[in-house]
Amino acid sequence: MPFLLYVAVFLLLPVGVLAVEAFRAVDPVTFEESWSTANIGTVTGGAYARSYVGSLQLSAITAVLGAVLGLALAFAVVNTRRGRLLRRLVLTASGVLANFGGVPLAFAFLATIGNAGVVTAVLTGPLGLDGFRLASMAGLALVYLYFLVPLMVLTIIPAVEALRPQWREASDVLGASGWQYWRHVGGPVLAPPVLGATMLLFASAFAAYATARALVGSSLPLVTLQIADSLSSNVIVGAENLGKALALGMVVLVGLVMVFYTWVQRRTSRWLS
Amino acid sequence: MSATTTGLSTAAVAGAGGVQPETRARPARRARGWWRWAVFAVLGLYFLVPLAASVWFTVRSRDGVTADAYASIPSAEGFAENFGRSLALGALTVVIALLLTVPTVVLVELRLPRLRPLVELLTLVPLLLPPIALVVGVRSVLAWAPEHFFGTPLAEAFFALQEPALPWILVLVYVVLALPFVYRALDAGVRGAQLRTLTEAARVLGASWPRVMLSVVLPVLRTSVLNAAFLTLALVLGEFTVANILGFETFPTWIVRIAGSQPRLSVAVSVLSLLLTWALLLLISALDRRRREEDPA
Repeated sequence: MPFLLYVAVFLLLPVGVLAVEAFRAVDPVTFEESWSTANIGTVTGGAYARSYVGSLQLSAITAVLGAVLGLALAFAVVNTRRGRLLRRLVLTASGVLANFGGVPLAFAFLATIGNAGVVTAVLTGPLGLDGFRLASMAGLALVYLYFLVPLMVLTIIPAVEALRPQWREASDVLGASGWQYWRHVGGPVLAPPVLGATMLLFASAFAAYATARALVGSSLPLVTLQIADSLSSNVIVGAENLGKALALGMVVLVGLVMVFYTWVQRRTSRWLS
Repeated sequence: MSATTTGLSTAAVAGAGGVQPETRARPARRARGWWRWAVFAVLGLYFLVPLAASVWFTVRSRDGVTADAYASIPSAEGFAENFGRSLALGALTVVIALLLTVPTVVLVELRLPRLRPLVELLTLVPLLLPPIALVVGVRSVLAWAPEHFFGTPLAEAFFALQEPALPWILVLVYVVLALPFVYRALDAGVRGAQLRTLTEAARVLGASWPRVMLSVVLPVLRTSVLNAAFLTLALVLGEFTVANILGFETFPTWIVRIAGSQPRLSVAVSVLSLLLTWALLLLISALDRRRREEDPA
């Protein structure tokens, strides 16, 4: 099957090579290659470890925030009467922002709250607010939400629509309170898809590079920025393999999150049945 | 319901083009409805203010409002070349991704349902795998050409892939990145279409397999194919990471490059590309609905 062949060559081969070459080191004097765990040692300590922590924190915070806001928006859209046009606008806008975002997004925000931004002028002038910088973790979080919330809306709307109004009516008729409905019906049905979507948001924020690069250059401790840095560095011998080790670390972390997710998923499904 | 219980639901990943069939909204509970408007107000502000501010940023000038920034886009140095290149890359990606995925989806549905979990898993991986990790791996493989295969035809092929005018290697990587979207859009189409019945009918009536593909499968899947193609195109037009790391210039890397010297131009191009993409998606979703009303398949 050509499909499987293609995936093997262009997906599995690069990742495999990554996993192998992360363990190769170049001797700075003789330029000879050898097997070594030096790269792995380097990237799990010091500044590199800080960049992992930075990326993980940013992704976790934005994923949770994005999930909550996206869920709220999804509910609001689904429950609006005669909201066909609204729904179409929201869904298509979400599709654009979640899939196309990246660079255009970063520039929209630079124009808004960057140094010469339009809103910056308003905030620092008449309102006297100062000290918020776009090129900070908080600034990045604000921008990330601009594509994470739409991603959440896209992912979760089918699940929200699958909650039948009749269930709510049945539970009302049987005398259940709103809390009981969410505790025993709505919550359990919605929990697995919400969890899956949140994980997708996490992976997406963790992998984000374009937005961060266009916004802040390489001044913040984020893994993706570090990888790009080490690849373009001609100064340090073996920096390229350091980049490979960093990238491998990302793959491993995402893998761990996946394993955790499957575990939680299995528990919730057991709880459901 | 299977889509919702697997967590990463299908239509969602397929994007906004895959607009859900609309179910009637539940009877409004007006007294409890205030939170909806609060949500709309807060998020509406959050999403509209940056867009409005960007437009304002591009049109204001010392003596009032001007559309210079937009007027100068077509003639801007490098715009036509890079936008054209990104379009070409997008078109090639769409063609390869469809050629690869359509037969797979059909085959899995009709002949090899046992392979479904495997294919689903494989198409999920690019969604979760950071593109930057993938591209670092690709870079390592490309580095084999000068290091190990130098002087062999294989090295020549590797170099040909990296022609800066039309870097095929980008197409090949983009196909992988687009797989989750393409596969899910097509899979949703196949599941909704009772493909088995239709193909069996066609076979019984004496159609050959190629004929079945062309005259039965493709027409049934046209909406899904359209969705998949559009999402892939949008993905390629916006893709920055892979092109940047591999050192090729495309539309997005061009915007970033000019941002330093021509901030207004870069913002204008960004706004315009966002709005145009949105308009196109709205158009496709409107066409899709009209067709659905004409022949409820």
